Amino acid sequence: MAYDNAERLEEFRVETRKWLEENCPPSMRTPMPDDEVVWGGRNATFKNPESKLWLDRMGEKGWTSPEWPKEYGGGGLSRDEARVLEQELRRIKARPPLFSFGLWMFGPALLEFGNHEQKARFIPDILKGKTRWCQGYSEPGAGSDLAGLQTRCEDKGDHYLINGQKVWTSYADKADWIFCLVRTDTSTKHEGISFILFDMKSPGVEARPIQLISGESPFCETFFTDVKVPKDQLVGRVNGGWDIAKRLLQFERSSISAGGFGGTGGSGILGPEDYAKQHIGTDEAGRILDGDLRGRITDHRMYAKAFSLTVQRQTEQAKAGQAVGHTASILKYGAAKMNQDRHELLIEALGTEGLGWEGEGFDKNAKKVTRQWLRSKGNSIEGGTSEINLNVIAKRVLGLKEHQ
Amino acid sequence: MSFVLTEDQDMLRETAMAFVQGELPVSHLRALRDKGANGDDAATRKKLAELGFFGVIIPDEPGGETFGLVGLGQILEAQGRTLAATPLLQTALIAASALQLGGTPAQKAEWLPKIAAGEATFALALDESAHFSPYTIATEAERDGQGFTLNGLKKYVPDGHYADVFIVAARTFGEAGDRHGISLFLVPKGAKGVTVTALKTVDSHGAAHVSFEDVHVADAALIGPADQGADILDPVLDRAAIGMSAEMLGSAQSAFDMTLDYLNNRKQFGQLIGSFQSLQHRAAKMFVELEMTRSCVAAALGAVDAGKPDVAELASLAKAKAGELVHLVSNECVQMHGGIGMTDAAEPGFYMKRARVQEALYGSASWHRDRYARLNGF
Repeated sequence: MAYDNAERLEEFRVETRKWLEENCPPSMRTPMPDDEVVWGGRNATFKNPESKLWLDRMGEKGWTSPEWPKEYGGGGLSRDEARVLEQELRRIKARPPLFSFGLWMFGPALLEFGNHEQKARFIPDILKGKTRWCQGYSEPGAGSDLAGLQTRCEDKGDHYLINGQKVWTSYADKADWIFCLVRTDTSTKHEGISFILFDMKSPGVEARPIQLISGESPFCETFFTDVKVPKDQLVGRVNGGWDIAKRLLQFERSSISAGGFGGTGGSGILGPEDYAKQHIGTDEAGRILDGDLRGRITDHRMYAKAFSLTVQRQTEQAKAGQAVGHTASILKYGAAKMNQDRHELLIEALGTEGLGWEGEGFDKNAKKVTRQWLRSKGNSIEGGTSEINLNVIAKRVLGLKEHQ
Repeated sequence: MSFVLTEDQDMLRETAMAFVQGELPVSHLRALRDKGANGDDAATRKKLAELGFFGVIIPDEPGGETFGLVGLGQILEAQGRTLAATPLLQTALIAASALQLGGTPAQKAEWLPKIAAGEATFALALDESAHFSPYTIATEAERDGQGFTLNGLKKYVPDGHYADVFIVAARTFGEAGDRHGISLFLVPKGAKGVTVTALKTVDSHGAAHVSFEDVHVADAALIGPADQGADILDPVLDRAAIGMSAEMLGSAQSAFDMTLDYLNNRKQFGQLIGSFQSLQHRAAKMFVELEMTRSCVAAALGAVDAGKPDVAELASLAKAKAGELVHLVSNECVQMHGGIGMTDAAEPGFYMKRARVQEALYGSASWHRDRYARLNGF
């Protein structure tokens, strides 16, 4: 049995390798510059035409999400086959064909909670990168206390009518559709929330970009004024949205922490130890001269190593069927701390070289660090603050009780 | 990787956990302390031998399968849970590793079966100052025609107060601080000129200062080639640090569990104190650190068995992380227990005391952080 499986996997590997050889365009096997990231959608632009080719080919096979069911256009691969595909993609250093909140967050939740018609309508376009989704969760009055959200959704017989405001809606100005938490019952809190989908082109939707301390940002304030939504676009049951919302947050936290907020730095940015060596200097044994900074960099490097080993361990244990619950909160908390520490050390090691904002006189990558340092402050706020994640660990993992 | 135990290793872990909970709870250490046994516990050694715990990394025949360091790590983690005083780290790990890595066929044939059977205990006589510094060895071993003559003083030798045989790191060439010129010797405790001064230590495990005055040993006592003892010592000390990290992980886990239990039972202001957010967040942060350290220890144990090239780096990572963790958790354990945590009648203090000894042996967190940085080129 095991032998058959191994043999079948090997066949799959050979086929996959051949397919990738023929279908992954040459430039898609090179490191991806920031401006060639593909987000897809109705208004997608492709700076590099091969990006489009790559997305279309992968989307056609459903390999933008290899384990999703074939029925809805997914790859329909087993866990083992998906791992083989992943290895083969890594082997040729293939770029991810698509960045997408649909793939990372909304799709997994819809597959779990949506009805057949909804899945058939939305999942294929997520896989092919035809629809770009954004997330309508936070509101000015509902951040950590997300369930306090107030955006109203009224039943008007043949449609719903939505009024309210969302904030921190990433790429709302560029997205085609939104998955949105709305209030369908004002007499109760968690049990009065529904999960609804609508087109961002609907009359009454307006998105305004927000400027952050780091400069431009993908975040928007999004306003809804008498937005009409067809009734078949509500997912799950009316007032049953909170369960979907929580599940989706787990997907979000996992996708954030899996990347560690891109903790290894963007292209061209070195580690804090490299900048410290460069700008502070070393002794004859190669040690950073500032012993205190050296110690703190070491602390951080160890934390980062321990973090990545923990991701590995949990992945392996999950595969062996020993999954521990709520790892997403542990990793989200750790990833935020790790990335913030890293950027504090980077900016410290760079000294005045790290204090440039724009224009000439500063290294290009150092200016990038400056912006990223400021941006990293949001890591312990977005996707559930560190304090909320600690609450989740305390209550759900450690079983500590609520204050009475 | 080795993050998932084999079935055999898992059974070994279960056995070890059940054994320490049943036979060696903290109250056992307390009883040993109160009767002045100073961690010298022959009855426990006999039980450990019966369970086969001394031979976990020693194959039945050369080249045969063992549970590996991953297996031994499970037992050390278990003994850490209840702070059990056993010779496993010194004998089953350090001595077995030193002999396997550097021993002559005759030394292996003589000692490995005895170690596996629990018939001989060993102690590594290494440190000469109050801080771990493995090449700072001034103890001299001078060639005397029929072997070597040893002179010097070894401080705080764990298990030194009852071990049958010492593995002594002495200098045959160069000066204190040089890596080259260190040699390792097997010296029986009864050898003429060996003086053992038992120490009463804060953790109630005991230790000894061991002095060597014109102690004569034969050539056959030399482990590995003369002057090149560091080639054996380095990997042995990495394994010792990793084994100790496993023990520390166990101690931290127990201190954490005890704290959590108290948070879920103790009431003040009509509330469980575990419902206060200031304590919840501290508990959650400790848990994150525990999970991270567990990953480091598992990776380090597995790297030794797999013969990976990054054992030294992972050993430093594990020992530094475990050091930080065990202090954090044992201190919070006392603090969160409040006044009761300060009493000798309660157990938190035992964990805090043992943590300091665990930290000092085979390199403090600070020592290992420094080495980690060096290994990473900064």
